[in-house]
Amino acid sequence: MSLSQVEAATESDQVEQPVGNLRQAAWRRLRRDPVAITGFVLIAMFIVVAVLAPLIAPYDPRDTPGAGTITPTNIPGPSAEHWFGLDEQGRDELSRVIYGARQSLLVGVVAMLLGMAGGMVLGVLAGAFGRWVDSVVMRIVDIMLSIPGLLMAIAIAAVLGRSLTSVMIAIAAVNVPIFARLLRGQMMSQRESDYVLAARSLGVRRRSIVLSHVLPNSMSPVIVQATLTLATAIIEAAALSFLGLGGADPAVPEWGRMLASTQRYLASAPHLALFPGLAIMVAALGFTLIGERLREALDPKYRR
Amino acid sequence: MTNDPTRPLLAVRDLGVSFTRKGAPDVRAVDGVSFDVSPGQTVGLVGESGSGKSVTSLAVMGLLPRRNVRVDGRVIFDDDDLLTLPRERMRDIRGRDMAMVFQDPMTSLNPVVPIGVQVTEVIERHQQLSGDAADKAAAELLDRVGIPDPTRRLREYPHQLSGGMRQRALIAMALACRPRLLIADEPTTALDVTIQAQILELLKELVHDSGAALIMITHDLGVVAGLCDTVHVMYSGRVVEGAQRRELFARPRHPYTGGLLASVPRLDAARGTPLHPIPGSPTDVLAWPSGCAFAPRCHHRVDACTDGPPPLENIGGRSLRCVNPLPTTEEVPA
Amino acid sequence: MTAQPSAAGADPVPTGRDQREIDPDDVLLSVRGLQVHFPIRRGILVERQVGAVKAVDGVDLAVPRGSTVGLVGESGCGKTTFGRAVLRLVEPTGGTVTFDGTDLRELDAEQMRRQRRQMQMVFQDPMASLDPRQSVESVLTEPLRAHDIGGDHRARVRELLDVVGLPASAASRYPHEFSGGQRQRVGIARAIALEPQLIVADEPVSALDVSIQAQVVNLLEQLQDRLGLTYLVIAHDLAVVRHIADVVAVMYLGGLVEQAPSDELYATPLHPYTRALMSAVPIPDPDVEESRERILLTGDLPSPAAPPSGCRFHTRCPFRQETRCDDERPALREIRPGHTVACHWAEDIEAGRIAPRESAVVEPDVSTA
Repeated sequence: MSLSQVEAATESDQVEQPVGNLRQAAWRRLRRDPVAITGFVLIAMFIVVAVLAPLIAPYDPRDTPGAGTITPTNIPGPSAEHWFGLDEQGRDELSRVIYGARQSLLVGVVAMLLGMAGGMVLGVLAGAFGRWVDSVVMRIVDIMLSIPGLLMAIAIAAVLGRSLTSVMIAIAAVNVPIFARLLRGQMMSQRESDYVLAARSLGVRRRSIVLSHVLPNSMSPVIVQATLTLATAIIEAAALSFLGLGGADPAVPEWGRMLASTQRYLASAPHLALFPGLAIMVAALGFTLIGERLREALDPKYRR
Repeated sequence: MTNDPTRPLLAVRDLGVSFTRKGAPDVRAVDGVSFDVSPGQTVGLVGESGSGKSVTSLAVMGLLPRRNVRVDGRVIFDDDDLLTLPRERMRDIRGRDMAMVFQDPMTSLNPVVPIGVQVTEVIERHQQLSGDAADKAAAELLDRVGIPDPTRRLREYPHQLSGGMRQRALIAMALACRPRLLIADEPTTALDVTIQAQILELLKELVHDSGAALIMITHDLGVVAGLCDTVHVMYSGRVVEGAQRRELFARPRHPYTGGLLASVPRLDAARGTPLHPIPGSPTDVLAWPSGCAFAPRCHHRVDACTDGPPPLENIGGRSLRCVNPLPTTEEVPA
Repeated sequence: MTAQPSAAGADPVPTGRDQREIDPDDVLLSVRGLQVHFPIRRGILVERQVGAVKAVDGVDLAVPRGSTVGLVGESGCGKTTFGRAVLRLVEPTGGTVTFDGTDLRELDAEQMRRQRRQMQMVFQDPMASLDPRQSVESVLTEPLRAHDIGGDHRARVRELLDVVGLPASAASRYPHEFSGGQRQRVGIARAIALEPQLIVADEPVSALDVSIQAQVVNLLEQLQDRLGLTYLVIAHDLAVVRHIADVVAVMYLGGLVEQAPSDELYATPLHPYTRALMSAVPIPDPDVEESRERILLTGDLPSPAAPPSGCRFHTRCPFRQETRCDDERPALREIRPGHTVACHWAEDIEAGRIAPRESAVVEPDVSTA
């Protein structure tokens, strides 16, 4: 408590105030934050690799340059020719990891966007109208939240059949209630704020209050959540394809499926588990680092 | 009051506090603050937000964090310079000889621990009492600060008490070790006026009975007018004027003091009495090195004000940091 | 009287005002029997109402056109809820609010929205009442857009900023770039943007630094003179209210206990609560502080969910009598012209026939030399 007083004292002694709005100030803080920069670099690498996969990958991921040399007990590890070694069918592991980034990024981004969109619709409905609309929407959300995420994703993917689209929809569905609840909570607390009361007292129309005050001021945690969701979506996509619910064409490299198919060779060729696993970790870590730091940068409580 | 003015209990000399930050210039939150507190005396530190009054008290109590904070000057208490004492000694002094009451009684109490446990903890630590004896002492203490039904209250949690009661409990804890110096930092600011009156009356009584000295930190000139022997007015980290209470209120010499007195509406002023605000706002200023920080807002400003930092001068028992003070003839009639 | 420092370069010297012509019968805002009860609900699946917090419980108040009425009370007395209920920002549960002849509670949502043009609000915390991502220009044009007012909005923004004493360059700035006092000026500019008749100001200065409060008080007074505004000023600070208001109403636990012209209330407070409140306000003058008698209240504010029977103040009243106080709720009655009080014993207390309990009185401090 004495500390907060010191901070209060220094705060009021501060003459230089950041110019511009909260988002710009948050951006400035992020740019100077080593952890956030690490996250940015990891994500940039991930995106560059995904987008430029055909240019970077040394081999076609479907080619089997090592087909002749492969036996179940002898899968060559990293070498000068194949940096990440060969997989169980004699394909270049590095190229497959590189192409796998495309699938992961695609699934992650689309699933996150779908989940956020769905969650925001529900959240805005509940947060803007309140009363019985809120009760109905939130009960639906509660039910969705009560089903374990992976179980729901498996169920959806199983119903919709094996395809990348169903993976995306399944992961999105898991995230819908999370976004809905987050946004609704934020909007509820913003609705109680003085400036919303002020807007009401000015005679601003309700729709306008929701759209120009309540919603924009409720978005910060949603943006943070979206970043973190990208990380979990990548992991969930891997998990689903690990369980055999990924895309229909087994030749298209997916990190999760790559992990799954290495199970039998774990003893003889541990590199087959290591590289896709690392790829999943690094991509998820990048988004998590950014998300956590963004949360702090956007939250006035963490300001220094 | 029977004070021994020859030997102060606490002597603050040239106290300064800087907040250091990487990549930013140091912020000099407090600079050149000097004042004495005699045994049993009540001293007021008056200032607005950012005046450095709270930081000053935290520095005296040794409660400022060590990281990113630089404290200089001397704080002499009982021949010891508190700023150079080892942490252990300082912790001993702070509980036993000095205690503090903060503005917000809710955040100063642990919300998940009953009041009684928090009070007896202090008693056990400083009076070597334990068990039933400590419980009994705690109940007596609450009773002394005017909390009705103290044995029941001891079992309650902070949120079950009203703001006034919580502040009483905090005062009880501060007094548990019979300190010789009590520092109260805006103890009534969060309270309603009728409750404020109760708490001020209580403080007055307790200080009188126990012979403890009191440093009262407040933004409210009205509070110090009825309570303090000596008053120091702070502005932007410095003491700008300090004097005996009657002297200060009757003949403010610093334009800031005079400005504050002329700008507060008084309950006893006839309706229609104009208020004379001080223009500008107190946060515009951090410019002591280049002159008086109050100069931009001062109606009594002369060119010399911005020539350099005005020194704190002692004129007839009054300390004053102003190159062009208000004339002594200008009186503020009651 | 306070001394007037030689004012060179300061604000234009404000002079005593009060030359305003106020017709007490030309009432702009009339509140009768206003009630705001917040239900207390319990239950796991089916919520049942088990009680109500009577935040405002039967308040009558008239605000004459062009005047300032002050509403004073301590935290929890219901004054903020009252101010919001008057503007229907909180729905009243009973009573009537008549504004300029219109019964506000009869209006539907859209009619009420349009009515808001005439009645505005100034908030306590200028930072919280401004949207952090809205520039000042957007803050000031929002009411114009909401009421489809055309014209040159930029010019209007400049004019409003000028009226409240802010530079035109403030328009492109954001709330966090201002000091507290400047922010409150923005809040006031927003309130007058629609040229309302009535402004409800809820603690307009209590969040500001002492040296800034007078600036805002003076600004409110200047605006009243210039724009012919009517104010309902809600505050806990009796000194501020006495300074700014023509008539002061004192509120305790959801009801008014006394109402009188400002000077009259100060000179002869009749209700024991008003007396205690008045004696508790510190005055920055050692001579006054030492010579006055202080009435201390015991105990805390009772819960508005279970207000005491009879006179709501009887649990803390130093003048409480054995009869009537505990079981009969006193009505506001006019004891002198324009001075009403809700106390059974007001005349006896005033005449000195009833003395307060001795323990409640702190005699003037005579020990100090």
